[in-house]
Amino acid sequence: MNELIQHLVNALILGGTYALLGIGLTLIFGIMNVVNFTHGALYTVGAYVMYLAVAALGLNFFLALPVAILGGLLFGAAIELLLLRPFRGSDIDTTMLVMIGAGIILQSGTLWTFGGVAKAIPSPFPGAPLQIGPISVSWLRLFVLGAALTLIALTYALINRTKLGLAMRAAFQDSDAAELMGVDVCRIYTATFALGSSLAAAAGALLGPVYVVFPQMGGLAELKAFAIVILGGLGNVTGAAIGGFILALAEEMGAGYVSSGYRDAMGFLIIIAVLLYKPTGLFAKAERIG
Amino acid sequence: MNRLLLLALLAGLGVLPLALGANPYLLNALIVTGILTIGAMSLNLLLGFTGQLSLGHIAFFGIGAYVSALTSLGFDVDLGFGLRVVHEPWPAAVGLLLATVAAGGCGYLIGRLSFRVRGAYFVIVTISFAEVVRLVALNWVELTQGPLALTNIPAITLGLPGLGMWTLKTKLQNYYLVLAVGTLCYGVIARLIGGRFGRAMRGLKENESLALSVGINATRTLTVVAVISAAMAGAAGSLYAHYLRIIDPDVFLFATTVTMVIMVVAGGKGTLIGPVVGGLLFGLLPVALRPVMAPEAQWIVYGLVLIVILFVMPRGIVPGLSALLGRRQAQSVPALEANPAVQR
Amino acid sequence: MSAILSVEHVGVRFGGLVAIADLHFDVHAGEIVSLIGPNGAGKTTAFNVMTGFLKPSQGDVRFRGTSLRDRPPHAITRLGLARTFQRTSVFPDDTVFDNVMIGLHQMGAASGRVPFLDALLGRSGAGERQLRVRAEALLDWVGLAARAYEKAGGLAYGEQRLVGVALALATEPAMLLLDEPVSGMNASETRVFVRLIRQIRERGITILLVEHDMPMVMEVSDRIVVLNYGRLIAEGPPDRIRTDPAVIEAYLGQGSAARQAAAAVQEAAHA
Repeated sequence: MNELIQHLVNALILGGTYALLGIGLTLIFGIMNVVNFTHGALYTVGAYVMYLAVAALGLNFFLALPVAILGGLLFGAAIELLLLRPFRGSDIDTTMLVMIGAGIILQSGTLWTFGGVAKAIPSPFPGAPLQIGPISVSWLRLFVLGAALTLIALTYALINRTKLGLAMRAAFQDSDAAELMGVDVCRIYTATFALGSSLAAAAGALLGPVYVVFPQMGGLAELKAFAIVILGGLGNVTGAAIGGFILALAEEMGAGYVSSGYRDAMGFLIIIAVLLYKPTGLFAKAERIG
Repeated sequence: MNRLLLLALLAGLGVLPLALGANPYLLNALIVTGILTIGAMSLNLLLGFTGQLSLGHIAFFGIGAYVSALTSLGFDVDLGFGLRVVHEPWPAAVGLLLATVAAGGCGYLIGRLSFRVRGAYFVIVTISFAEVVRLVALNWVELTQGPLALTNIPAITLGLPGLGMWTLKTKLQNYYLVLAVGTLCYGVIARLIGGRFGRAMRGLKENESLALSVGINATRTLTVVAVISAAMAGAAGSLYAHYLRIIDPDVFLFATTVTMVIMVVAGGKGTLIGPVVGGLLFGLLPVALRPVMAPEAQWIVYGLVLIVILFVMPRGIVPGLSALLGRRQAQSVPALEANPAVQR
Repeated sequence: MSAILSVEHVGVRFGGLVAIADLHFDVHAGEIVSLIGPNGAGKTTAFNVMTGFLKPSQGDVRFRGTSLRDRPPHAITRLGLARTFQRTSVFPDDTVFDNVMIGLHQMGAASGRVPFLDALLGRSGAGERQLRVRAEALLDWVGLAARAYEKAGGLAYGEQRLVGVALALATEPAMLLLDEPVSGMNASETRVFVRLIRQIRERGITILLVEHDMPMVMEVSDRIVVLNYGRLIAEGPPDRIRTDPAVIEAYLGQGSAARQAAAAVQEAAHA
């Protein structure tokens, strides 16, 4: 029983960052119809900016986090302006391949710059975990959960409470109609991609200190982000948030009760099962026509 | 004309190693490129001719590699419940055969399951399948040695009755084996897409409802394509295992699928020769770049070249070039007058 | 006359919405029957049920005495019931000739049960030559011979419709369902098409069509079936339908303004 509660707590903490990853990816897909294969690389970028700021420049841990998020934002905006804008109007397969190319460039660039050796990001939290009865949680992981939930709340506020968010929702519904009504869709796309990228970078910057940082860390994260997005229904932000927690739960349970080696497989098996049971994702509201 | 070009290409590839002399590095690059090109040709069957983007294609390649290696190495596995499976080593050529069959079988299962979901969902199901298989290869240590790799995989031995046996140990022998298998696969694909079956595939890709309405069985057609495609990838994986003679779970890396996708798309998906052109180009690009830059920088160039090709020739090199040539020919012929009677 | 197609109490619901309710009518061999009704009356839905693209919530469709329940579209085509589509009636990236070759899919099946093995073993050579002859004859017959080697996607709208008909005829049907075959055609194209429909019937093929063009429907049909809100409201020869009060009310009550607007737009487009 205690073991089960511990797994649930772990899943909750991991789920927060998974939700961040998923929301970023699903926004980009929903609004821009781009399957973003740079998402994992931007997750890596976030982690390395965090590493640079904390370990190399000696910046305060809590200040480094917004720097990493800003880094993701800038990289995202650059990718959109340089690589996606020229391909606007191309089919989804083409932009997907462009993103694969960009992902390769980013990942190899990271490897070239930092080398292949894994790096650790020092954290200011006490090493001894917080003990509540039989449950133990490290302070760092608690902070990660808090930060992730804060960022998710901010993203929701941005989408639902601001003019930019309104324009994004309009573009999501129908980009042509939004354009006719005076929404600058080009700018919305850049903003969307930058926002999604900054969320991926935030996830990397938050999980970097928990684990270690290495150039290929984004590969698996990206596949998991796709899994989360599919689980939640493509383009569904709330679905992605819930999907993130479901995947984390599945992984924790798989690792705890089956075999830790199959931790990552659990998620994929669930995705296969879900898609075969309900091919539009668990939380798809209605199939879009056409 | 086309057939002549093909024969010339084949002859060129046939004499290439002789022209290169005994350069083991180049020969190695050619062999690995050839194996990946077979993978790309098999992927093209799905991606190019039926429009189904499988990003888990490497699963079939890896399954082929492991089945072939385990068949020829033998194994002793305890399945639990008192079940123990012991397999004595069989000849490597049998491994190649079984690898093809096993990968084809997996293609059947995945084909039956995944064609229920299409588009982005199909992509994710195939990725997930490949990841699950990779994790099994990594964690079922008793069977696969996990990250320690399967080593001492025997080379393929070919025998002709009355002529003797050859064990294909040298690079040159492996090169010709890969060339032969590649040519065979090319021939199979050409036959397949040339006739009635190929028309069914094209029909399904261009307008599925209409294809159904003229009596084309979508599930059966797509499943058959998935089986053949997976079987070819499995054969390529087997060649890979018996050439390198060591295999570890890294054969399942997503990056290899991406490489094959790039080869297909850059060369021209849905064309016969496209994956071969793309395969040779992207397989040998690292060789050309090696003297001038570090491996990481090579990958950066790789990514750049992909993006540039997509920008300049979005349909791929082969259709792009033939369109260019076609335009030049059209310019030399007087343009047909539009018939006003038919215009609306 | 015997019924070649019987629609037996078919109902279709999408969620809570009733698209078709208790639809019941027969088509006899050799007839030309039109299915008409205001927009949203459920005509195309009925077509989709008859051809296996949609499973009815209740009822059944019988073709030459065989129940079509749970048969996929390709199997229904193989029974001899072919259809055309409203919008996308061609394989756009292939030539017109290759379109018809794809349409002849079933004809090639005679050589063996496993088509890809035939392809691999090269058993299809003789069959292929026959198919090509057939495709040419068919293109000649519908009047597309001059367009044979053009990309189907690049043809004018009316010609794409003809390709669609050629594809359906390639399956050698006993009955043909035409979904709004002349919508978007001008008057002279429509006249040519009406002749084609009659020629198809002369080949012994029964025809059921969904159409909005009332003069064309009145001219070509032996019998008309009228739907409104998914229900059958009238059935009979054109003269009776023309004066049927229920039909007039259905069109006046719902669609007249829209139809007049559409007619005006069409006139403007052709002027």
